[in-house]
Amino acid sequence: MSQSCDRALLLQAEFDGELDAAQSADLAQHRETCAVCRANWATLEASRKAVRGVDYHAAPDALRARLAARLGPAPRTAARRRWWREPLSFAVGAALAAMLLLVVRPQGNDALLSALVDDHVRSLQPGHLYDVASSDKHTVKPWFDGKLDFAPPVKDLSAEGYPLVGGRLDYLGGRAVAALAYEHGKHPINLFVWPVNSDVPAPAASVREGYNILHWDDGGMSLWAVSDMEKDELEEFRSDWLKTP
Amino acid sequence: MERDRDFAAVALPHLDAAYNLARWLAGSGAEAEDIVQEALVRALTYFPGYRGGNARAWLLRIVRNAAYAALNARRATKAEPLWDGDEGVPEPADPGDDPETALIRRRTALRIDGLVEQLPAELKEALVLRELEELSYREIAEVTGAPVGTVMSRLWRARRLLAKAGAGER
Repeated sequence: MSQSCDRALLLQAEFDGELDAAQSADLAQHRETCAVCRANWATLEASRKAVRGVDYHAAPDALRARLAARLGPAPRTAARRRWWREPLSFAVGAALAAMLLLVVRPQGNDALLSALVDDHVRSLQPGHLYDVASSDKHTVKPWFDGKLDFAPPVKDLSAEGYPLVGGRLDYLGGRAVAALAYEHGKHPINLFVWPVNSDVPAPAASVREGYNILHWDDGGMSLWAVSDMEKDELEEFRSDWLKTP
Repeated sequence: MERDRDFAAVALPHLDAAYNLARWLAGSGAEAEDIVQEALVRALTYFPGYRGGNARAWLLRIVRNAAYAALNARRATKAEPLWDGDEGVPEPADPGDDPETALIRRRTALRIDGLVEQLPAELKEALVLRELEELSYREIAEVTGAPVGTVMSRLWRARRLLAKAGAGER
């Protein structure tokens, strides 16, 4: 395993079921020809097989009883251990998981913020920041034609210190959205754009896993900037964006 | 008490997950029990501030912090020298073995449990949370307080170490 492929972490994300359909289709194409990815996949499978053979340490009954006595009647523990060992319960587990997904889907904003940050993080993987690489808005804007059911505003902010690096098509909250990649010094900024459609009030500024997220609406579009920059720096980006025609 | 019962309903379904994480981080059952109890006491005091959301990740984060606190305390009280005396070889070599054979033998003796046990804590917790608790990257990030990107590279390092060591065993 001395060779390397810059998509190792992406491959692992696929292995862990963390990629969406578009990303995994994209990766599949690459995997067909990459010997390193094949070897890495084998590594992932071998490690999973090994780890799932180790002991799962369930809480001792005495501990459970002691805590329950202190806290009142205890609901039974969630039965989720080691289902992968039994093919039948695997199916049951999968069906249950699908049902749970419908029931306990997190609240709109929460899920959206997490999805935005995940998407931002994935875009930082080598080769994933943009589908169309260009600092020219006249190249990036037409690229979205026919790929989206709206025309995202693409602005050139290089004079303000935020050169455009490219554009990308992403899927968020069940719809295709535009992602514009900007840069500020060494900091990548992803600006996600889609038409305003929600009656859910969205937070203007939030922090997720160390990333700042800024949201504003403009010209019927909902805009979300995600970056590792400080909040006030990101706010400058927003005001420059709003000032630029 | 009403609050205790609400808390029990949120926390106790995740008791196995809590104990499993504590056990893997602490390495002993007795210590894991102490950690889980301590974590639940802490969680109960934090509970008024708990505003719903992912209960398992919330609890595991508290368990993890309690485990690290316990391990640090243990290290502080039991800082012993590796061997007595100022000089000398700490351990006489087994006369029958050259170093290489000894190494292979020792490695073979370690089962996967041992391999996981010996991973650095930050790799071990990522691996246990992903493979045994099946948490998503985002949840692992929430529990460990590390960015998702860091979680991804820790997992990858853990898995590679494990696969490499596992291959050496056969």
